[in-house]
Amino acid sequence: MAGFLQQVVEGLGAGAVYASLALALVLIYQFTGIVNFAQGELAMFSTYIAWQCVAAGMPFWLALVVTLAVSFAGGMLIERVVIRPVEGAPELTIVIVTVGLFIFVNAAAGWIWTFLIKDFPNPFPGGALEAAGVSVNWSTLGVLGVVGLVMGLLYLLFQHTRIGLGMRAVAADPASARLVGIRVGRTLALGWGLAATVGAVSGVLVAPLLFLEPNMMGGVLIYAFAAATLGGFDSPAGAVAGGLIVGVAETLAGAYVGFVGSDLKVGVPLVIILGVLLLRPQGLFGRAAVERA
Amino acid sequence: MSTTGTTEAAAPAPVRQRRRLDRRWAGLALLLAAAVYAPFQLVPFHVFQLTMVLVYAVALLGLNLLVGHAGQISLGHGAFFAVGAYASAVLLDRWDLPYPLTLPVAAAVAFLLGLALGVPAMRLRGLYLALVTLAIAIFLVPLLKRFEELTGGSMGLTLAKPQPPAWSGLAEDQWLYFLTLAVAVAAFLLAASLLRSRVGRALHAVRDNEIAAEVMGVRLSFYKTLAFAWSAMYAGAAGCVYTWVIGFVSPDSFTVNLSITMLAGLVVGGLGSLAGPVLGALFVMFVPSIAQDVNDAAPGVIFGLLIIVVMYVAPTGLAGLAGRLTRKIPRKE
Amino acid sequence: MRVSAIGCAALLLLAVAACGGRSGGGEAGTGGGTAASGQCAGQQTTGITDKSIKLGGIYPLSGPASAYGDIPKGIKAYFDYVNAEKNGIGGRKVEFVVRDDGYQPPKAVEEARRLVEQEQVFALFQTLGTPSTAATWDYTNQRKVPQVFVATGASQWGTDTAHPWTIGWQPNYVSEARVYAAHLKKEQPEAKVAVLYQNDDFGKDLLGGFKRALEGTQVQVVAEQSYEVTDPSVDPQMRNLAESKADVFLNITTPKFGSQALAADAKNTKWNPLHIVNNVAASITVLKPVGFENVQGVVSATYYKDPNDPTWADDAEMKLYKEKMQQYAPGADPNVPYHTFGWAVASSFHKAMEAAACPTREGLRDSVHNLKGVAVDMLLPGVTLDTAQGDGFPIESMQLMTFKGQRWELFGDVIDTRKEFGPLGG
Repeated sequence: MAGFLQQVVEGLGAGAVYASLALALVLIYQFTGIVNFAQGELAMFSTYIAWQCVAAGMPFWLALVVTLAVSFAGGMLIERVVIRPVEGAPELTIVIVTVGLFIFVNAAAGWIWTFLIKDFPNPFPGGALEAAGVSVNWSTLGVLGVVGLVMGLLYLLFQHTRIGLGMRAVAADPASARLVGIRVGRTLALGWGLAATVGAVSGVLVAPLLFLEPNMMGGVLIYAFAAATLGGFDSPAGAVAGGLIVGVAETLAGAYVGFVGSDLKVGVPLVIILGVLLLRPQGLFGRAAVERA
Repeated sequence: MSTTGTTEAAAPAPVRQRRRLDRRWAGLALLLAAAVYAPFQLVPFHVFQLTMVLVYAVALLGLNLLVGHAGQISLGHGAFFAVGAYASAVLLDRWDLPYPLTLPVAAAVAFLLGLALGVPAMRLRGLYLALVTLAIAIFLVPLLKRFEELTGGSMGLTLAKPQPPAWSGLAEDQWLYFLTLAVAVAAFLLAASLLRSRVGRALHAVRDNEIAAEVMGVRLSFYKTLAFAWSAMYAGAAGCVYTWVIGFVSPDSFTVNLSITMLAGLVVGGLGSLAGPVLGALFVMFVPSIAQDVNDAAPGVIFGLLIIVVMYVAPTGLAGLAGRLTRKIPRKE
Repeated sequence: MRVSAIGCAALLLLAVAACGGRSGGGEAGTGGGTAASGQCAGQQTTGITDKSIKLGGIYPLSGPASAYGDIPKGIKAYFDYVNAEKNGIGGRKVEFVVRDDGYQPPKAVEEARRLVEQEQVFALFQTLGTPSTAATWDYTNQRKVPQVFVATGASQWGTDTAHPWTIGWQPNYVSEARVYAAHLKKEQPEAKVAVLYQNDDFGKDLLGGFKRALEGTQVQVVAEQSYEVTDPSVDPQMRNLAESKADVFLNITTPKFGSQALAADAKNTKWNPLHIVNNVAASITVLKPVGFENVQGVVSATYYKDPNDPTWADDAEMKLYKEKMQQYAPGADPNVPYHTFGWAVASSFHKAMEAAACPTREGLRDSVHNLKGVAVDMLLPGVTLDTAQGDGFPIESMQLMTFKGQRWELFGDVIDTRKEFGPLGG
């Protein structure tokens, strides 16, 4: 039993990593109605900025603040430069542009920082919390805590601020939003900036666990997609719940389902995405979209 | 609105249309003549490169049916390419089938797989389809390793290449080139006639406005699923020819990078046109080699940048750009 | 579309015209070589003259495996040094052409053909990675082009008899596994071993070799877990392995996952096995991110000198290497072991080429299969290059090392796996 619980804890740890990136995916979807395939790579790039700051002698927390600020500005810049020209284009166009961004950012990071792994300071203490025969690493708890905090902040932002209201209006119907006086362009840029910031948090959280190199987020992305799909692309709480469920499901399947083993685990997100989309396309926590024909 | 369709000039006079049609056939005939002539003029290495261009062109042609004509996104077409390649390799390796027979089998396997995945996948909006296909492409690699008895596991399978028959008097490279050219020409003719038929019009209607198409009585899911299966079939056929040409398959040959490269190549070449896949294949084949002389990381940087730039400067890609340029040249009447 | 068809045709014709006739070179043997005479008459001299020798190498300079892209920098520095200060190899200046395959087999085939047919190289000096080498070796052997000292430790390069033109260099994975097995047999004869391995040829070769070497001993493998290179992390696998409570943990991974596994082992205070990390992940660039304090006492095996090890601070070859790296590869850090690897393999090539009876492709092929106790200064004392007909593994000796302080420390004697276990069967 302790073994099983320990596996669940392991799964939650992995799930927290997925959830952190899923939050950024959900955020940008909320703001702009698109899915950003480059989100993971942007997070990785932000992490390199933090690494560069620390390597230059900055204390960790200052480096973090600088990174978040740079990421916010960078996200807004990307919206202006890369996304604005295709605003209003079909989904296909935007997806392809974000795929292009994915390839570009990944190669650029390799160009600047090489593909050798970098050590990244862990903000959380080492060691583990022991309870009932199960041990939980402090860093796992730390990641979970930060993810929960970000989720709460996002909830407040969406539901209880004017910006959040405007943003939801823009995502729902840009033309109508513009008519009622919302500055759509600025709202969209804000969305990209915030998503990049949340992505940066995600990158900084996972870098001590996964080790920093340009392909760090490549493996996480598909799990984060599964998490966002499961939770519903328009729900921060859903993204977190989805991430945790995906993490636990994947870990348990790898450990206890003989056929899956540790090699076919990566099939779990595929099954989850397909299953959710066929059975409940809006996800567990999402609202069903009603299309006006 | 659509950024992918080719814009047609306002209805031209019948005479001009006839003349244009003639020009078109003349151009295609010239192209084919050049393609047949090329292997006798080029050194073997360049013949091999052209062969690979044709292989990728067939795969991109299929992807174009789905992305360019039906407006659906696939980030996992490398998986169907791999299925075709492995189907051919396994048939050659385990059952010693004559190699020409592996082509229909590989195409059929990919088609059926595309159909099976297409039925659920096509109920999804474009975005989700991209996610599902991406997950498929990632999942395929460990799956190929798992069935080691059949696929040779991570070591892959090494196969003898088809040898030219004695009567042809051709070298191996030339023979492989002509085999590939034959497949490519057949694939292009099939695609061209397909797009000119009812089906093609239905696909365009789906791409340009799903709701309107549905209202007009186009069976959305049927045509989308069909487009998915066809494009899988093309990828499978290309994969089969790939096995003939390279003589080696391994899971590392078909990572998710291949799928993304294919989509990138198609976008740059030009969505929704018949020339796009060829230009895209040329791009996929030659740009990385040229770019690596600039910097080790340059291929990715250039690839990524070009995709973005092409998407908003020339949504119809190189093919559209070439078309636009030549149309600007004033014609004497 | 209608117009671009014509455009395409024109482009293609242009390309055909520009590339010239088929007769303009390209067939083997016409590439500007000198005619060999005497006992060497009739052998291939493509890419080699009295004054020059042209080699081609294929590495992943881009893409996920591009950390290995540092190896050719060490090779280039060595050849530049030899060209400038030693008048090349036997009076022949070395030209080393490096191409990128991004770790993609079809690209490797294309680049191999470019090097052989377009660049007219004398030999392929290193292709990196098992997939890229497996994709190209039929071609090189059909064309009778030497493909020497490939940078992969798969055992098939040495056991296969149908490909005499291809040969490895580094200890093959089975030999390495035998070194660890020998160590355990002696030190912990009843050990229970847990294994983490990469699910590909590399991981399976090493694990398979390890199990075979343990046959008939009390040491047993009690748990094994695999991972895919696309996995974000190996933490779940490490958790499963920890439950086995094994005495020894064998870490068969590539660099990033090596770091993750080392970190996971360090974090888990309840499981403290003897940690053996395979040579691929034993680089200082893997250990440093984990923190040196967390990797104390980890065991591995090596065969060439570590630039970070003060034992070699006064070593003539190491001093030469560091000096010449600074001179000929100023941007590259000589302390990165990949550069040292490149230097060592390049000087091995130097020795093999000098020993060749004929300055021909056949001469090189025979020479690399007939190395008898050839000492290479960058290899550990006691490690030599030895091959024979039927033994296609130049290096089969390694020495164990353990991590102390900030560096690896060698211990015990050099273990010659040929003596301990006999030759590798096919």
